[in-house]
Amino acid sequence: MSKNEGGTSVGWGLSQVRQVGSSVNRSAIRAWMAMGALSILPGVAVAESAGSIPNMMRPEATPAHQILSLTFFVLLITGSIFVVVAGLLTVAIVRFRSRNAGTVVEPPQIYGSTQVELAWTVVPVLIVAVLFLTTARIIFAIQDAPKPKDALDVTVVGHQFWWEFRYPALGIVTANELHVPVSPVDHPQPTFLKLLSADVIHSFWVPRLAGKTDLIPNHENTMWIDPHKPGLYLGQCAQFCGAQHAMMLLRVYVDTPTEYAAWVRNQQKPAVQDPAVAAGRRVFETEACMNCHRIAGTAATGVFGPDLTHLMSRSTIASGATTNTPEHLREWIKDPAHYKDGALMPAMQLSDVQLDQVTAYLATLK
Amino acid sequence: MSTASRVMDLPEERAWKLPSRGRVGMLSLIIGESALFTIFVVAYIFYIGKSLTGPTPAQVLEVPILGTICLLSSSFTIWRSEHAIEHGRMRAFAGWLAATILLGLIFMAGTAIEWHKLIVHDGLTIRTNLFGTTFYSLVGLHATHVVLGLSMLSVVLVLALLDRFPASQSERFAVIALYWHFVDVVWVVVFTVVYVIGR
Amino acid sequence: MSNLQSDLPMPIQGTLESEKARRSRSTALLEWLQGWLVTVDHKRLGILYILYSIFFLLVAGAEAIFIRIQLAIPNNHFLTAEVYNRFFTMHGTTMVFLVGMPILFGFANYVVPLQIGARDMAFPRLNALSFWLTAFGGMLLYFSFLGGGLYGAGNAPDVGWFAYAPLTARTFSPGNATDYWALALIVSGFGTLGTAVNIIATIFSMRCRGMTLMRMPLFTWLYLVVSGLTLVTITPLTAAQFMLLIDRYLGGHFFDTQAGGSALVWVHFFWIFGHPEVYVLVLPAFAIANEIIPVFSRKAIFGYPAMVAASVGIMFVSLGVWAHHMFTVGMTSVTNAFFVLSTMLVGIPTGIKIFNWIATIWGGRVRFQTPMLFCLGFLYQFLIAGLTGIMLSVAPMDWQLHNSYFVIAHFHYVLVGAIVFCIFAGLYYWYPKATGRMMSERLGKWHFWLFVIGFHITFDTMHFLGILGMPRSIYTYQPDRGWNTLNLIVSVGGFIQGIAVLIFAYNFIVSYFKGDVAGDDPWDAWTLEWTTSSPPPVYNFAEEPEVRSRRPLWDLKHPYDTDWEYEG
Repeated sequence: MSKNEGGTSVGWGLSQVRQVGSSVNRSAIRAWMAMGALSILPGVAVAESAGSIPNMMRPEATPAHQILSLTFFVLLITGSIFVVVAGLLTVAIVRFRSRNAGTVVEPPQIYGSTQVELAWTVVPVLIVAVLFLTTARIIFAIQDAPKPKDALDVTVVGHQFWWEFRYPALGIVTANELHVPVSPVDHPQPTFLKLLSADVIHSFWVPRLAGKTDLIPNHENTMWIDPHKPGLYLGQCAQFCGAQHAMMLLRVYVDTPTEYAAWVRNQQKPAVQDPAVAAGRRVFETEACMNCHRIAGTAATGVFGPDLTHLMSRSTIASGATTNTPEHLREWIKDPAHYKDGALMPAMQLSDVQLDQVTAYLATLK
Repeated sequence: MSTASRVMDLPEERAWKLPSRGRVGMLSLIIGESALFTIFVVAYIFYIGKSLTGPTPAQVLEVPILGTICLLSSSFTIWRSEHAIEHGRMRAFAGWLAATILLGLIFMAGTAIEWHKLIVHDGLTIRTNLFGTTFYSLVGLHATHVVLGLSMLSVVLVLALLDRFPASQSERFAVIALYWHFVDVVWVVVFTVVYVIGR
Repeated sequence: MSNLQSDLPMPIQGTLESEKARRSRSTALLEWLQGWLVTVDHKRLGILYILYSIFFLLVAGAEAIFIRIQLAIPNNHFLTAEVYNRFFTMHGTTMVFLVGMPILFGFANYVVPLQIGARDMAFPRLNALSFWLTAFGGMLLYFSFLGGGLYGAGNAPDVGWFAYAPLTARTFSPGNATDYWALALIVSGFGTLGTAVNIIATIFSMRCRGMTLMRMPLFTWLYLVVSGLTLVTITPLTAAQFMLLIDRYLGGHFFDTQAGGSALVWVHFFWIFGHPEVYVLVLPAFAIANEIIPVFSRKAIFGYPAMVAASVGIMFVSLGVWAHHMFTVGMTSVTNAFFVLSTMLVGIPTGIKIFNWIATIWGGRVRFQTPMLFCLGFLYQFLIAGLTGIMLSVAPMDWQLHNSYFVIAHFHYVLVGAIVFCIFAGLYYWYPKATGRMMSERLGKWHFWLFVIGFHITFDTMHFLGILGMPRSIYTYQPDRGWNTLNLIVSVGGFIQGIAVLIFAYNFIVSYFKGDVAGDDPWDAWTLEWTTSSPPPVYNFAEEPEVRSRRPLWDLKHPYDTDWEYEG
């Protein structure tokens, strides 16, 4: 049973190579199934829901790509070690099993052999040397990559249990859904993230774009991504940060240049002012909502909760706990614990009328 | 090799002598305690100069010269005391032991006076700033060990004065003395870190 | 006083018919109970440690089952987020501090004095104190489920077993749950420190005539190394816990990021403890394998000096690798590279050990009894655990895999696949010595095969969940991430392991009454504990043994082919 493990890890990796860049199709799944019992598992997962899986084996940005090629190299070495050592062990067990239970004759006693032991000390030393040098090269390549002048800067602030994204050069503040421009290989436009935390330690992880980096209070970190293909990339907080750590989901939208420009233009506008929902705005400004939330162009300037200026431009609320529809929004305002028990947003005990009004107001914030 | 071990009565086998368990145990404890102190010392060094508010060590700390001299000389007196009990000179033993305890008490009194001044006069408590937190923790941890050592020594002294601590117990006393030497050595480190480097 | 008590013969129920007739049942029961409560006998304390750990193994196992029910399907509401967080915190804390450490020290307590031909540990009363401190620590930790404090009952710790600052600060963890966690670990930490001191003193000062350091059984050697490592491992945790309590109770600022404190200081301190802790747990597992593999292969251990050197080497290297748990906290590239190298170096002595075990089997006559089956499972699984460990030591891979289910899979391969397998092996191996009866081989094989199947279903699958981006410590997950089927498979495996453990528990209890009588030396083994009766008398050996080689019983059984002629 364990003997198959290493072999399949390698197999899993190789089948992934074939996968990179192509969409999941039936023949790929069939190929997986042929890889043996264990390698069916990822196939099952992919069949379940193609596209949205945060699978590190399908990278779409340079750091994730570099990590994956290193992964294949390491898998090759560790896989070979496994085959050799587990093979030796299996041969030893099978060949030297006790055939006659009644026998009292003991086998010859061997206490050791300096030459043999020296050999299996030196070989691992050499393997470690090779692995270390390869690893160090990738560490420096990713971590110390120079920052181009035209790179986009985004400040990410971790909160219990949501993400704040600030674009200092563009004057944009948004939450939970990060928009970055695509960075084609021939014309790179990387995004550099400055990672901060407002409370406890969080960790920013979108597997298809890069490895994770922690957001630590009182300690600034940086990382960078350069997504090669437009699309939605999922991730989530990867450091336990309290009650609703599981619902601190993360969406990265990689936009084409046109989409991105349109998104920036919209985000830079002040909030929509619709007289039809003035009652809802009054509720928002009198019922303590504004203590925590900011809506640009109004009296609401709170900083403890997500910026709601363009709330309806986001597809989820409560950091991905549910989709952003007026019904969900109303339920969320009425009882945050319904979607996210332990979220720091309190239930404001609004009346049904107030709830309708404030939901109507928020629904206009495109 | 094999011919050597064929010989039945090797000298090492005839005289089978192992180290005393008390000493081994105390040395092990000291290794563990050293790791404990290391963590507090590292925290102290890491937080030097990182307090967001005053007072700073330079403003309020005075070098406890008298206490340090007393504590360090107590290592000498306890060594004399060990020497005395090994040779069965019980009165000298009690005398040097009493001197050790006295020196330790002077050290503790010095600490008490220092803390009183810091708390009442300078307004530095454990919650004032990072310096206060790390200072009271590290110095307090050491002081706790001094108190522990003094208690053990006092018990021995009382027993000795009652003639209930015979010279045959010299090995046990040596183990306690080992602990006292350790407490002294730790003070050298704490002193260097807190009053020399950290000021 | 307590010394006197332990010198009385063991009044086990049913063995003292004549006395029973004279006294009432309840008096006999009370005396029996008192005999165990005030004992300073290393064998009884060893058994107490082991029973205590098995109890908590069942408790923490039940917590794991609850966790797996919750995660079996996406968006599940079987447990709330708060309860789930308590359960995974308690599962981890319990398994490490109330199962792993006590059971391994239980083995040391029982076996080390017997193996070195001593009559007891160096400090029997300290030994009893250590056990009761550990036991009290465990009870204190679990009292938090009832006690809770300001925020109502049932407020058990929920900050993870790593308890990263500043989540543990009063601001983020109000109530007393975190205090229970810190206090319980400080208390049991003192117990552990006492045991470590005791084992070291016992091994240095209590060996029988002729047992030089290089003639000690490897089991004893490894416990010497482990105890040394424990001294410098558990104390940093105790120090950090003191700091945490100073922050929480006295308003200190060690980990207070608002006052200039650093969250990373805790993370460093925790892993300065936490990484060597893994070796504190795994070296005893090696110790058990070092006894069982040679005996059931019918060959002396291959490369004894290299095994000793490798163990000491692992001990020292393990002190310099802690920051490989911190590749994602933003250390410089040079620091990261340093810890990559130091971590990979652990692979060298570890490799030596695996090769030496294979070489021990090579040319032997392997007997597949239950203890050996568990050891063979251990060899394969530990190999895999080591290889995934190398993957995680590659910092860029760790940036992806850190805190994912791949890590969970990796460390369960170490903690269950290696350590728990060896613990089971050790229980089957020494059970006859401690009770005088054999555990059932038939149930043992059921236990082994079910456990090994459940283990692989659960933990092999977890690797893939990690690769597919599932982070640890989450109480639920979205149905669109492709984790559904795999999680269900993991949960099924968990149940199979649960059944296997119940079979073990049944076997463990029933064999005590109905098992075959073992005799002094049921496995035809070679170390001193098998020379005395099963169970051994209170004084262990009627006369102090004298040894001339690493396998005194081999010499006795083969007077014309003794070890001491060959050992270099």
